Amino acid sequence: MKRTLKNIFHTPRFVIGFIIIAAIILVSVIYPIVSPGNPMKNIGQGSFIAPGTYISSYDVATVPVYDSTGANTKIFELGEDAINNRLRVNMSVEDRETMIGWLTSLKESLGEGQLLAGENANATVTEEVTKVVDGVETTTQVEEEREVVLLENLTSSDADAEKLAELWIANYNDEVKVKGYSTNAQRRNIRQLNTRVSRMMSGGTITVSIGDLQPKELKNTDYIPLSKVANVINLPLGTDNFGRDVFRELIASTGTSLLIGLMAGVIATVIGLMIGLLAGYVGGILDDILMFIANLFTVIPSFILLILINYSLPASSRGAVLCAVVIGFTSWVWTARSVRSQVISLRNRDHVNLSKLSGHSLLRIVLTDILPYVASYVVMAFILQVSSGILAEAQLSMIGLGPEAGNTPTLGLMMNWATKFAAHTTGKWWAYFPAIAVIAFISFSLNLMNTGLDQVFNPTLRD
Amino acid sequence: MKTSNDRIIGQEIVDDRESVTFGANRDKDFSQEPMCLSGRGVTRVFRTGRITTVAVDHVDFDFHKGELISIVGESGSGKTTLSKMLLGLLEPTDGHIFFHDKLRDISSGHKRRQYWKGIQAIFQDPFSSYNQFHKIDSVLLDCINMRGGKSLPKDQKIEMMTEACSFVNLKFAELTNKYPFELSGGQMQRLMIARIFLLKPDILLADEPTSMIDACSRATILDMLLNLRNETGMTVIFITHDIGLAYYISDSVYIMEHGKFVESGPADKVILDPQAPYTKRLISDVPKIHEAWDLSTVG
Ligand SMILES: Nc1ncnc2c1ncn2[C@@H]1O[C@H](COP(=O)(O)OP(=O)(O)O)[C@@H](O)[C@H]1O
Ligand SMILES: [Mg+2]
Repeated sequence: MKRTLKNIFHTPRFVIGFIIIAAIILVSVIYPIVSPGNPMKNIGQGSFIAPGTYISSYDVATVPVYDSTGANTKIFELGEDAINNRLRVNMSVEDRETMIGWLTSLKESLGEGQLLAGENANATVTEEVTKVVDGVETTTQVEEEREVVLLENLTSSDADAEKLAELWIANYNDEVKVKGYSTNAQRRNIRQLNTRVSRMMSGGTITVSIGDLQPKELKNTDYIPLSKVANVINLPLGTDNFGRDVFRELIASTGTSLLIGLMAGVIATVIGLMIGLLAGYVGGILDDILMFIANLFTVIPSFILLILINYSLPASSRGAVLCAVVIGFTSWVWTARSVRSQVISLRNRDHVNLSKLSGHSLLRIVLTDILPYVASYVVMAFILQVSSGILAEAQLSMIGLGPEAGNTPTLGLMMNWATKFAAHTTGKWWAYFPAIAVIAFISFSLNLMNTGLDQVFNPTLRD
Repeated sequence: MKTSNDRIIGQEIVDDRESVTFGANRDKDFSQEPMCLSGRGVTRVFRTGRITTVAVDHVDFDFHKGELISIVGESGSGKTTLSKMLLGLLEPTDGHIFFHDKLRDISSGHKRRQYWKGIQAIFQDPFSSYNQFHKIDSVLLDCINMRGGKSLPKDQKIEMMTEACSFVNLKFAELTNKYPFELSGGQMQRLMIARIFLLKPDILLADEPTSMIDACSRATILDMLLNLRNETGMTVIFITHDIGLAYYISDSVYIMEHGKFVESGPADKVILDPQAPYTKRLISDVPKIHEAWDLSTVG
């Protein structure tokens, strides 16, 4: 027994499968303890909020930046691409298209005239610079490297954002009348756009005033630690269509699905084992009757049976437990059949005959001379039953006949909701992909464990 | 009662065993002894799908108390099937078996257990005769329990097991807490004999007990079996495919062909003066039985 266990844990396949499933079980048990909360709570309004960290904008504005001691001041150098980042996030594609449109019109109204180059563009341009030094005017020729930024080459992409903004700053002039932007409303829009762009480019200060607080000045080099923001919501997997935290929901679902699989597996294995042992060892008319029932179950695919049973049960009574029971009761057949055939070949073995000759009772022979010989097989069958139980739940839930969604989500239900609300056609991958991945991981690890066991128990299959 | 050709008769005997007694009571007339197991028209038919096999076909036999009977036949002739029926492990399809002159009744669990106190077996394949999950101790303890020694003090049980083991040249102290699969085939078969030593049944059925073990151990096993028989005076039904061996050890011989007994009687009569062509063929397959032996011809 000890040696068998040691052998099993020296099989890489079993060990990998075991580690994966153990990790999944641990997370689904520990996470709800560490971070309690209702997985079915709608934390967000609106569906399919993308994964990310969300902070309350109100809290950000009220975080003290300057206080009497200055202790809370967090001033950092702005990074190299700070402006680029800011433009990327704050200047929408429409803004950029408006800018390109306006500049194009400007160029046309200038006729032959060129647009002014942006600030940092490099190309060699000779300029006359007139300086006044000590009351004397000196004019020098200065050569400057300037790249000629052609408006035609600019797009609304992130990469061009900074060049576009520079070109805009260099050329915008409120006085100039540009064709196509003549109404007051249009001009006002352009002016506002200009204000925003120049603020983003200049990095000046903003004055914020909230309620009774002193107006305070925010410089663009002020940073606020996330821990000072009172309300932060972490959504590693976003929200689903109801606005529920998918991550929390996923962990709760994994727990329920594992439980359903486990219960279904236990039920199927116990029934299958009992029927297999009885039919195989006792034989005769009992065998005929039990195998007739088993054949009935084989002829009608168990999934159809599952659908029919679950369909006839009122949705309100279809809890996770009942669902597991139904799955268990419809999937014992192949365990029973294979246990039976193993028992039939075992019952004529000499060690069983010797046990009979030693005066052992039927029960004792079944328990000590037959059961241990089929035990390894039964363990393997059990593992596969758990895996197929989880899959059966997912399939049932997908067609809406799974457990009723009271306060326990399951992996199948999550996929069902995701499909119903078209997450897969609208690219909201976080709503369905994690559930699929967990199901795949569970059945992958269980099957891996099984092949590992197979290697130990059926050494002829090795390589 | 030793003869000069002790060492060579039978393919299974390869070395000279001093203690082996030749066909123990060859001169004794067992037909005067009380009957201990007999059968009339015993038949067994196997049906697998559409194929029916008549494994044992209406055989009659009378086994007397203390006799050593050999049942000889080629592989597939139905010897094992007959032995299973004698042991009550397999129902005859037809015919009757009498135990101590009474129709055998093993219809209930209790009656079967009583019956098995009187008849025990050693099987052909020692490697599949043991439950690999049980220790050797439990095999021997089962025998003590069956003989009503369940409530004996522990050291007395150990003493009995040690005695049984030393009878077959095994050391109980070395076997205790070990599993049968840690032993060699020969040792396992000796443990089987130790089991019989503890059980002391009236009848022992040995189904080719030496055919699956290495040649060196065979003589030892036979030796121990015959010793046990001499000591307890039990009836031994010895099943073998080796007519030389049968002649060498038995009092009477039954020759089995395709499920039927084609010839039976005292060993001398059947083998020295065979009537059935099958018996003649079996004998001719064994090189020289009662001529002067040349050791070099024995492989
Ligand atoms: N359980 C069984 N089912 C079907 N046929 C069997 C069974 N046991 C034995 N037989 C058949 O009965 C015949 C006699 O077998 P057996 O008694 O084992 O012969 P032996 O022991 O002399 O070699 C063989 O043809 C065998 O195939
Ligand atoms: Mg046989």
